Amino acid sequence: MIVAAAASLAAIDVGQAFDAFWRGSFGTASAFFSGTLVRAIPLTIIGTGIAVAFRAGALNIGAEGQLLAGAVAATVVGLHAPGNAAVTVILALAAAAIAGGAWAGVAAMLRARFGVLEVISTIMLNFVAANLVSYLVRGPLQEPTRIYPQTEAVAIGARLPRLSMETRLHAGVFIAIAAAVAAWWVLTRTAAGFRLRAVGASATAARVAGRVDTERVVATALIASGALAGLAGGVEISGVTYALFENLSPGYGFSAIAVAVLARLHPLAVPIAAVLFGGLETGALGMQRDAGIPSVIASVFEAVVILLVIAGGGGALRRLARTPRRAAAVADAAA
Amino acid sequence: MSEIAPFLEASVRTATPLLIAAVGENISERGGVINIGLEGCIIAGAYAAFATGSASAGAGYSAAVLAGVAVGILLVIFVVLLGRDQIIVGTALTMLALGVTGTLFRARGETLAVVPTLAAAPITVVAVALVPLSWWWLTRTHAGLALRAIGDAPSAARAAGIRVRLVQSCAVIFGAALGGLAGGSLVLAQAGSFAEGMSAGRGFIAIAIVALGRWRPWGVAAASLVFGAAMALQFVVQALGWRVRYELVLMIPYLLTLIALGAFGRGSAPAMLGRPLPDD
Repeated sequence: MIVAAAASLAAIDVGQAFDAFWRGSFGTASAFFSGTLVRAIPLTIIGTGIAVAFRAGALNIGAEGQLLAGAVAATVVGLHAPGNAAVTVILALAAAAIAGGAWAGVAAMLRARFGVLEVISTIMLNFVAANLVSYLVRGPLQEPTRIYPQTEAVAIGARLPRLSMETRLHAGVFIAIAAAVAAWWVLTRTAAGFRLRAVGASATAARVAGRVDTERVVATALIASGALAGLAGGVEISGVTYALFENLSPGYGFSAIAVAVLARLHPLAVPIAAVLFGGLETGALGMQRDAGIPSVIASVFEAVVILLVIAGGGGALRRLARTPRRAAAVADAAA
Repeated sequence: MSEIAPFLEASVRTATPLLIAAVGENISERGGVINIGLEGCIIAGAYAAFATGSASAGAGYSAAVLAGVAVGILLVIFVVLLGRDQIIVGTALTMLALGVTGTLFRARGETLAVVPTLAAAPITVVAVALVPLSWWWLTRTHAGLALRAIGDAPSAARAAGIRVRLVQSCAVIFGAALGGLAGGSLVLAQAGSFAEGMSAGRGFIAIAIVALGRWRPWGVAAASLVFGAAMALQFVVQALGWRVRYELVLMIPYLLTLIALGAFGRGSAPAMLGRPLPDD
């Protein structure tokens, strides 16, 4: 049966597949601006947060749940806060960031107070968030006709403007670039950023030599990355879908890990990696549409990219791999 | 109260794959390696069992174990041999296995081929037998003691003449093999078919179960049963026709994990868990 599946994959015309991939990702203006770049926006925002968290040694695997928490908050604000357009959008996005930060804050609190590994807690919170959204769109937030499992569209005032009539590209692109630049500035130009990198490079050295409260730094990084993932969820609602529904995110929270790793945890490289992965995913959708290749193959590529970059080591990733942390931090805290 | 017996039966049935995966993960973690790719082992095992199980159940389970081993070998290469970050590699392996199985499954044309399911009892017996076996192995054999030494003090283990990388690699691959077996049991003893992402977070729950069981086989067994019961609640709620939202019931196991880890999950983790081996 595996052989049959492989054979049916092998039977696909490679030239046709590549053509479909190219037309679906970078080859046409509409695919690039309405597909690739639109996907690159959440990948950039979340990937920036993951790069920051990983730099601090906080392994946030829960961006997917934080994104959903942000999307819920932005939807609630967008549904119930009519009024001045600019103010409503800003309120919705602020609520999204706060909700995402709070969602990650649960994991940060569990780690700081009870020594629970954030890897496990953030993943559990992903499942809680997914079920919560399922409940909300079939229960309290369901659209008035009660037929579809989704919310009403948010008010016009809660939507991000599109950059032109021809594309789906929206103003969130500026938020994404601003997030990456701001993270770069904080990491490289501020004392807080230096402390964060010091903790990620060696928590023991930072604590002993720098008298840094390492748990506090890790918690802050975790919450900040959650806030960015939540913001990305808000931007998806305000800029793309205008409504909340299940499967709002095609796995952005996990793809963004690949983005951050490919960028070697460098915030300014994150947008470039995000455009590449945005293109990879929209191209894969194109291949599915035109050449019959399942689009989940994109996640195979993403995983392979992570493994290749990790195998190559280097830069911040190399230090990350050599740093005693997590369980060690818990053991130190208990001692 | 006629729902009690079916509820207990459903709890044990749901707990079985969790227990198998968690016993394996416990072995891996006692040696210092946390396998975040366990979810990937489970889905790989499930697909392999689905693809071969129509031949015979033995073939299905064998293929499931081999699929888990394949994921485990990748983890060993990156984590034990290259010393890379366990969490990032494990996450990538889970993405890889979900992607590969999804691609293969869809490429076949998404036919709903049904594998003949077996009675759940034999695999549950295997799962239960694994608990005293792994306890005995960890506490009463030289190999088990060597593994625990590696998880707590690899430099001392190396000085004592233990072949650290070899033993750790074997532990990781054994854990991954049981992950594959757990996936196989999902298909062969429960669902009778494959669905994309049907592992549904069981690998992550198994990792949480190991922490809840405080890295001890009997604790792991107790924690598995608690989670089996939490996941089986959905059947009870359906059967009793309670007016509780289904989605909220589905949330319970994950919330329970968070609360239980906060309350009981502290301490007694292997000292080197999640950390790379020191340089030779």
